[in-house]
Amino acid sequence: MGEVYKNVVCPFCGCLCDDLEVVVENGKVVSTKNACPISKTKFLDHSKDRAKPQVRKDGKLIEVSMEEAINKAAQILKESEFPLIYGLSSTESDAQRLAVELAEFIGGSIDSTASTCHGPTIVAAQGCGAVKCTLGEVKNRADLVIFWGCNPAEAHIRHSVRYSVTPQGMYVRGKKERFIVHVDVRETRTSRMADMFVKVEPGKDYELLSALRAVIKGYEVGDVAGVPAEMIKQLAERMKGCRFGIIFFGMGLTMSSGKHMNIDAALRLVRDLNDHTKFTITPMRGHFNVAGAGEVLTWITGYPFAVNFSRGYPNYNPGEFSAVDLLFRGECDAALILASDPVAHFPIGASQHLAKIPTVVIDPKVSLTSLIAEVVIPCAIAGIESEGTAYRMDGVPLRLRKVVDSPYPTDREILEGILRRMKGC
Amino acid sequence: MLIKNGLVYDPLNGIEGEKMDIFVKDGKIVESGDGGETIDASGFVVLPGGVDIHSHVVGSKVNLGRLMRPEDHRKDPVPKTEITRSGVGYTVPTTYITGYRYALMGYTTVMEAAVPPLGARHAHEELNDIPMVDKGAFILMGSNHFVMKYVAEGDLEKLKNFVGWLLKATKGYAIKLVNPGGVENWKWGRNVNSLDDKVENYGVTPREIVRSLAKVNEELGLPHSIHVHCNNLGSPGNSSTLIETVGSIGAEMGGPGSGESTNETLKGTAERIHITHIQFNSYGGEDWATISSAAEEVAKTLNKKKNATCDLGQVIFDDATTMTADGPWQHKLYKLTGNKWYNSDVEMEVGAGIVPYTFKPKSLVNAVQWMIGLEVALLVEDPWRVVLTTDHPNGGPFYHYPKVIAWLMSKKAREETLGKIHKSALSRSTLPSIEREYSLYEMAIVTRAGPAKLLGLKNKGHLGVGADADIAIYEFKENDIEGSFSRAKYVIKDGEVVVKDGRIVKEHWGRTFLVNPKGELMDEMKEEFSKYYTVSLDNYPVQPEYLPRCEVVPCR
Ligand code: SF4
Ligand SMILES: [Zn+2]
Repeated sequence: MGEVYKNVVCPFCGCLCDDLEVVVENGKVVSTKNACPISKTKFLDHSKDRAKPQVRKDGKLIEVSMEEAINKAAQILKESEFPLIYGLSSTESDAQRLAVELAEFIGGSIDSTASTCHGPTIVAAQGCGAVKCTLGEVKNRADLVIFWGCNPAEAHIRHSVRYSVTPQGMYVRGKKERFIVHVDVRETRTSRMADMFVKVEPGKDYELLSALRAVIKGYEVGDVAGVPAEMIKQLAERMKGCRFGIIFFGMGLTMSSGKHMNIDAALRLVRDLNDHTKFTITPMRGHFNVAGAGEVLTWITGYPFAVNFSRGYPNYNPGEFSAVDLLFRGECDAALILASDPVAHFPIGASQHLAKIPTVVIDPKVSLTSLIAEVVIPCAIAGIESEGTAYRMDGVPLRLRKVVDSPYPTDREILEGILRRMKGC
Repeated sequence: MLIKNGLVYDPLNGIEGEKMDIFVKDGKIVESGDGGETIDASGFVVLPGGVDIHSHVVGSKVNLGRLMRPEDHRKDPVPKTEITRSGVGYTVPTTYITGYRYALMGYTTVMEAAVPPLGARHAHEELNDIPMVDKGAFILMGSNHFVMKYVAEGDLEKLKNFVGWLLKATKGYAIKLVNPGGVENWKWGRNVNSLDDKVENYGVTPREIVRSLAKVNEELGLPHSIHVHCNNLGSPGNSSTLIETVGSIGAEMGGPGSGESTNETLKGTAERIHITHIQFNSYGGEDWATISSAAEEVAKTLNKKKNATCDLGQVIFDDATTMTADGPWQHKLYKLTGNKWYNSDVEMEVGAGIVPYTFKPKSLVNAVQWMIGLEVALLVEDPWRVVLTTDHPNGGPFYHYPKVIAWLMSKKAREETLGKIHKSALSRSTLPSIEREYSLYEMAIVTRAGPAKLLGLKNKGHLGVGADADIAIYEFKENDIEGSFSRAKYVIKDGEVVVKDGRIVKEHWGRTFLVNPKGELMDEMKEEFSKYYTVSLDNYPVQPEYLPRCEVVPCR
């Protein structure tokens, strides 16, 4: 029998389920309980595809000592005029704090993966605020749950069971006491758990949200965004008439045309609804600690992402200092990628620039980005091989556990090493 | 270290402007010294480091405030130096800048006044990123599920167990109540309007919550009293709620207050209550058009009730970011101003709201609010029961404290501002006719000795042997009081010079104060916890890793 760890926090998606049971034998995870299939695979495969310390020599990545890899990383950052630090969302908050310190020290830019998913959410909230709550409020009180432009059935698998659809809450017990709505451009597995599916024409979310606002304010509307007038009216009535409502939204809303304007419309809709009842809204954050990256950046710099330090103090400008834009314009001359895999997600032009400049990758696993890197530094997997803090999609902070030893140092130790080398000389 | 020839003000030891030497060794004040650094304080005043009893500097709500105000930060970028980190200031400063700015004005201890238990881990993470000062966290309990449940059942034993456990689990310092009961009702979009309104589903009243927690606070022997943000905060005519709240606690005791008699009273086991940002709850009138000051009545109540203390929540004419756990009030403020609004409800425990705001001298309401804070401070006879705060960043940022000091110490400074405010306000408060001016000694009480005493921090707020060597040295100029206290000549923290000539010369890391009262979670609580929270009980208490530098303050 191996060692059993209970109530382990899952370090994979923004749900941050903290009820996992993990069994470890001979330094390897052999089984899990309560984990969703995504989580289970990640735990069981934690030792597969591990990165190795590597430095590119004559165009080829050659395995080197950790020491040499870290030295080389420090040298690259030191020689750079305008470095970019990017990622942050799949590591713990102490590593994120050090990444900010490093960005400040070298006078570079720092950005998290939020800029390519919920950046528009943040920008919209900076314009009008937001009415949010923790997931337990949803579990205990929400009798109307709307999933808009997101697919929790596939991307946040246990969300519905733990928080939003089926749990037995204090005032709302189970699915039969909740009304579930799914708004999206097409039916998905999430629609199957919904009591009402609203099919919106692609790129027309802003129109539909605005129509709902209008109806709630007492105006008449016709068919909008491919949704019949009657259905809009029905949904608006439900929203006004519930005791406690919530909208969960995802990249279907943040990354479709309109971007932050979509979110602005959604946030204002929810704000208006608070004249009638209790209504809240929460983004479905993807990476397990992308929320933490925002928190850390904000308490140290005042700004949640897309921050630049070249003037010696933090400057914020999404579109100017966000990673994709910096790379597209070819402005940065070196990059440090931490806890994310931009080459897998970025538009090709941005990835091409990453491949052109010296790029340092700190990652536990071989990633697409590590293949184009100048330096690869393997690290422990936060939440499996090292402890630290992560922030759930609703801002609740939890402590990640260490269940197995890592052959590699933690992100935190690696960043400390780079900082020490840079400050030392 | 020797601090030589300074004019020392140390109210807790009865020292009022005496020229004397102070010796420091190993971070403490000692009887006599043998060499080391000498600071020539001739011509300067020497005070204990300032103690802020109520400020919002860290945690989920403060960070949402930062997040939603990029337009604010741009007005006040702070570059890094050889010694200090960069950040932004203005109304919601980043953690590093918060620490530096407190230190620059000679403050060395700061209490974060509103931490939701579920977010305590976050608050401690940020506290660990505030340099220079010592700190602590007040834990929000006034609308906590278990608190209301046991108040409803009248089971003080269970309540005591829960409260004691919660303080330990969150690594908190004191019990905080914000609009007790009202915050729970806000979770259904409603509020309470009086001390006797019922909290939905629980059937308890704010009065019962306040009284029960006051009792439990003393039975646990916590160093600080309960710390209360009253119901109806912000609304015209709300002084009656405040007076009733104070009246509901303990018995009337003691004769007219000298510092000593008050200190005695505070040592006893009588129930105590601290009313925070009293300005926001001292309004007369019926609506926004008729709003007036009720400071006279409020001060009368405080002069009589020796077990009640307050801090000001003084308004500054400048930009502010209002942020409280009082969700329904913040919603009302959003409706009043049309400004952006953040709301954040926390399962089983509490909520929060944030709305940017600007206090303008030509606004009648703002002018009355400005007058009330000072009026209370000047009408309450006993300075040991008044603490200077702005409820940062609600009434205005903390780095404006020197302005408030000037208004308290100088009638002339008040008259200058009175000349600029909305004329109709002048007849709505007695402030224009008040002659009192605080002495330096009284100023030292309301900014350091008093709050240290009220917090039960025995090593703070004074310069007696054994005290922590937190010392602020100022060049005091009668004709520039604000300037005198804005930038200290020297600040010594734990025996090290950290500020010199108004500049940070050393980054220092302070400690976090905790309490360790009795109280264990009972089985029925565990069961209910696992039913209704969305985190496991195992993962709820703040782990020791978040307290790298801490000090347990003993219960009384
Ligand atoms: S839903 Fe997300 S947090 Fe929960 S087990 Fe699956 S991957 Fe982990
Ligand atoms: Zn406050």
